[in-house]
Amino acid sequence: MPTSSGESLVKISNLSFAYDSRPVLTGINMEIPRGKVVAIMGSSGCGKTTTLRLIGGQIKPTNGEVRVAGEVVHRLSSDGLYQLRRRMGMLFQFGALFTDMSVYDNVAFQMREHTDLSEELINDLVLMKLNAVGLRGAHALMPSELSGGMARRVALARAIALDPMLMMYDEPFAGLDPITMGIVGDLIRKLNDALGASSIIVTHDVQESLKIVDYVYFVSAGKVVAEGTPDEIKASRADYVHQFVWGEIEGPVPFHYPSSQSYGDEIMTHSVEA
Amino acid sequence: MASKLAEMLTNLGSRVTSAAWRLGFASRFFLMILMYSGTSLRRFHLTIREIYFAGVLSLIIILVSGLFVGMVLGLQGYDTLQRYGSAEALGVLVSLSLVRELGPVVSALLFASRAGSAITAEIGLMKATEQLSAMEMMAVNPIARVVAPRFWAGVVSMPLLAALFSAMGIFGGYLVGVKLIGVDEGSFWSQMQASVDFREDIINGVIKSFVFGIIISWIAVFEGYDSEPTAEGVSGATTRTVVTSSLAVLAADFILTAFMFRGA
Repeated sequence: MPTSSGESLVKISNLSFAYDSRPVLTGINMEIPRGKVVAIMGSSGCGKTTTLRLIGGQIKPTNGEVRVAGEVVHRLSSDGLYQLRRRMGMLFQFGALFTDMSVYDNVAFQMREHTDLSEELINDLVLMKLNAVGLRGAHALMPSELSGGMARRVALARAIALDPMLMMYDEPFAGLDPITMGIVGDLIRKLNDALGASSIIVTHDVQESLKIVDYVYFVSAGKVVAEGTPDEIKASRADYVHQFVWGEIEGPVPFHYPSSQSYGDEIMTHSVEA
Repeated sequence: MASKLAEMLTNLGSRVTSAAWRLGFASRFFLMILMYSGTSLRRFHLTIREIYFAGVLSLIIILVSGLFVGMVLGLQGYDTLQRYGSAEALGVLVSLSLVRELGPVVSALLFASRAGSAITAEIGLMKATEQLSAMEMMAVNPIARVVAPRFWAGVVSMPLLAALFSAMGIFGGYLVGVKLIGVDEGSFWSQMQASVDFREDIINGVIKSFVFGIIISWIAVFEGYDSEPTAEGVSGATTRTVVTSSLAVLAADFILTAFMFRGA
């Protein structure tokens, strides 16, 4: 997203990544300005989650770099990376709550690990965070007692426990009913604005995310193929964007996974081994 | 023919390389556990909690097995000893068998099946459900927070469980030998007291079980941490933990016994 002041919290430059010899990202460039909510969209397997993992420093790029708050993530020492991560929050696709801890303990986890706050103060902060996601009354429940939407909201409360400067959301709307989807989307926007943070949402849920984001990057086959504000995206005539936004079957995104032989040849020669 | 041979050699080479790589990774992982143990030992409540899960919850299987192994030793031992007119030495036979060998080894095999498999499955599932990734993203090192406490819990629990196994075994031997068959009670206990050496027998048994504790805990946490994050991957890792640690315990037992009891 182009920034007027030139100041971006996250700057991705010429970033490439490959698993073994299989390229996942090839030379992508993105900017996430402070205070904005930016979506990275694309079909499954296009490299969206890999981009998040590169920003969080969980994997290292094969080429290019990711800068977060001015620091090149993959060049940081282990301690430096952990220091940076204390200012980041991440919501995993299915919450990734610690199943041996209650809702309360999940949210209190980072406070107990990284601060010397008293239990009284932690208690107030945990209830405040849970209240922000509407689950103060569920603080004593275990993760196995929560619905998918509730687990996502608890994970959100846990991710914002230390008021991060950057929030990353991996498929926050996956598997949610329309009402919960609306609640989670609304929370993402409100929490971002209240915390003065920047947010990156990796998603393929077009309609919900276009309501709350400031800017969108479309990734396909490891490349940024389109970008723009939600209005620009909705009005776009680009083939890929049009197919994606309107959920069309025909278009540049093929239905079939590529095969070395034609369907007819494989049937006739019985060449596929089980 | 030549191509088949080449393919076989390639496969063999690939397996050897992969095994060597994995052993190297496991060794590095062991060093990392030691490196990050300071944090988990300073917060000892984390280790205490794992001692409860790995040690206390293994008590039933250890105590019951110990009792039955001791009772069988009492029966078999009496049958053999009475042929030579030395049935009074039953206490010595039962106690030395248990303290030197059966206590550490059988309790280690049971511990690997009961607690080792549970540790692997738990860490493997935490990986599969992204709990370890979430911890990393919260700037908390999973090796310090999850792995090291479980490792030390296994190391601490193993000698205690082996001691309880041996104690229950001796009690089982006493029940069968003295109460059921009628071996003289005074001879049973006094010969045991005279023959069992604290350093040669008991301490060596404790050292064995301590080493077995390190081996089983290391394999269990490594297999869990290194497992494929799928249902099949976690199940395979759990099986590998039981098989590998059982074989490793038996091999280590032979080596330790050769060093400890030669010529004694």
